[in-house]
Amino acid sequence: MPKLRTFWGSFSAHLVLVVGAAVMLFPVYIAFVGASWDTITIGRGLMPLTPGPNLVNNMIRALFVGSGLRVASVPVRLMLVNSLIVALSVAVGKIIAAALTAYAVVYFRFPLQNFFFWSILITLMLPLEVRIFPSYKVASDLGLLNSYLGLTLPLMVSATGTLVLRGAFRSIPRELLDAAQVDGAGPLRCFWQIVLPIVRPNLAALFVILFIYGWNQYLWPLLITTDPRMQTVVIGIVRMLGIAEALVDWELVMATAVLAMTLPVLVVVFMQRWLIMGLTETEK
Amino acid sequence: MRLQPVFRNRFLPYLLVLPQLALTGIFFFWPAGVALYQSLLRTDPFGLRSRFVGVANFVRLFSDHYYLHSVKLSFWFSFLVTFLAMGLALLLAVMANKRIRGARIYRTLLVWPYAVAPATAAVLWSFIFQPQIGIIGRALKTVGITWNYYLNAPQALALVILVSVWKQISYNFIFFLAGLQSIPQALIEAAAVDGASSRRIFWRIVFPLLSPTTFFLTIMNLNYAFFETFGVIDALTKGGPGKATETLSYKVYVDGMVNLNIGSSAAQSVVLLVVVILLTAFQFKFVERKVHYA
Repeated sequence: MPKLRTFWGSFSAHLVLVVGAAVMLFPVYIAFVGASWDTITIGRGLMPLTPGPNLVNNMIRALFVGSGLRVASVPVRLMLVNSLIVALSVAVGKIIAAALTAYAVVYFRFPLQNFFFWSILITLMLPLEVRIFPSYKVASDLGLLNSYLGLTLPLMVSATGTLVLRGAFRSIPRELLDAAQVDGAGPLRCFWQIVLPIVRPNLAALFVILFIYGWNQYLWPLLITTDPRMQTVVIGIVRMLGIAEALVDWELVMATAVLAMTLPVLVVVFMQRWLIMGLTETEK
Repeated sequence: MRLQPVFRNRFLPYLLVLPQLALTGIFFFWPAGVALYQSLLRTDPFGLRSRFVGVANFVRLFSDHYYLHSVKLSFWFSFLVTFLAMGLALLLAVMANKRIRGARIYRTLLVWPYAVAPATAAVLWSFIFQPQIGIIGRALKTVGITWNYYLNAPQALALVILVSVWKQISYNFIFFLAGLQSIPQALIEAAAVDGASSRRIFWRIVFPLLSPTTFFLTIMNLNYAFFETFGVIDALTKGGPGKATETLSYKVYVDGMVNLNIGSSAAQSVVLLVVVILLTAFQFKFVERKVHYA
C-alpha cells in the first residue's frame, strides 16, 4: 500500500512538472519553427508544427540584414552588441558603485553617513514610471539621447546591490582587516585584496541578476533611443513586429526573438546556482 | 551593537559614496522632484507656458472616467497576475521538491524563463495567438471561438495576463522552492507518522511555514504587475483595444510621452509614487519583523 502511494505521488509530480516545463518551452519551440519557415507560408496560416528548411538562412538574414518584405530594420547583430554593452556596463557599473558605497558605509564613520545610505536605499521606491517625463528631460538636457551613457548611467544606481554587499561586508571578520592594517595595508588595498575576493560569490550572484536586468530593460531604452542603430534587441523586436499583422516577416521576427533570448538564457542556465543564491539570499 | 569603524580617513568615504550619490541625485531625486513640482502646474502642449494650478491636476485626474477605469483595471490585473503566477509556481515548486528522479532537470526547465524579457515573451506569444496565422489563434477559430485580441477587450486582457503570468512563474518558483527546501524534513515526517494525509500536511504545516516567502512574493509580484508588465502591454496591445489594457503605468507613458500632457502625467506619477511607497513600506516592515523574530 505505501509503495503504491509513493508511486502515484511521484507519478503525479512528474505529470505536473512535465506539463509545466512543456508550457514554458512551447513558445520557444514555436519560435524555432517559425524561424525555420518563410513569410508566405506563415502569412497564409499554413505553418505546420514541425521545423522547416530555412532556419540557418533566416538566422543569418536576421543577424546581417535585418530586413525582409515588410520589416525594415537594422541588422540584429548591431542590436545584440548594443544589448551586450548595456547589460555588461549596467551590471559592472552597478556592482562597482554599490561596492564602493557599501565599503564606505561599513568600514568608515563619517558625518551624514546614514543620510547618504538612506537616500540611496530610497531609490528602491522610485521606478522610472514614477518620474518618467522629467527623467527623459534630464537625459535630453545632458545630451544623453541615443548614447550608451544615456542608456546605462541612469540604470546604475543600485539600492539592492548596496544592501547585499553591505550585508556581505559585515559578515567578514574584523580581525582580518585589523591585521592587514597592522601590516601596513591602506583602505583601498584592503578593499581590493581582502574584501572583494572574500565576497566573490556575492559578486557573481549580483552579476547574473544585474546582467539579466540590464539586458531586459524596456521602458528606458524605448525613451532614450530614436536612432535604430542604438536600439537594444528587446526594443528592436517589438519595433519589427509593429502591430503584429498576418503579413509581417514572422520568420525574421522569430529568428530575432530566438537570438534575443539565447545569451541571457545561457547565462541563467549555466549560472543557475549563483542566480538562485543571489535571489533567495539577498532580495529579502 | 554598532560595529567600530576600521579605517579613519576624512575624505575617502565621501569619495567612495560619490559615484552612486551623484547618479542618485541626477537621475532619481531631481526628476522625482520635478515630477512633484509639475504635478502642481498646467503646461500647454508645446511646453511654452505653464502656470501654478495647485491640486487641480489631481482633482481632474480623479474625476476622469478614463483614469478611474485604469485604476480599477490595474488592481484587477495585478491581483490576477499575482494570484495566478504565485499559485502555479507554488504547485510546481511543491512537486519539484519531492524526491523524484530528474529533479534538477525539472528545475532548470522551469527556471530559464527568468532570463526572458517581458516584451520578448509578449512577442513569442503574439506569434502563437495571432488571429489569422497563430497556431492557437487559428485553432480557436476552428473550434468556433471568434478570437481577435486586437478588437476584443476581454481577450486582449486575457492574453496580457497570460503572458505576464508565464513570465513571472519562474521567479516565484525559485523562491518557493528555496522556501520549501528550508522546511525541516523531520517535521513533515513526524506528521506523516502520526497519520496526517499529505493534503493536511501541506495546508497545516508547509503552507504556514512558507508564509514569509508568500508575503515577500506577494509584494514583489504586485510590483511586477504594476510596473514591469509595461513591456508586455506595449508589445501586445499598446493599451488597447480602446483602453482595455491601459494600466496605470502604461497610461503615464501614453499621457506623458505620446500625448504630451505633462501636468496630468506628473500627477499620475505622484499617484504611482504613493503606490510604490506603500508596497515598499510593507516590505520593509516585513523585513524588520523577520530580523526581530526569526
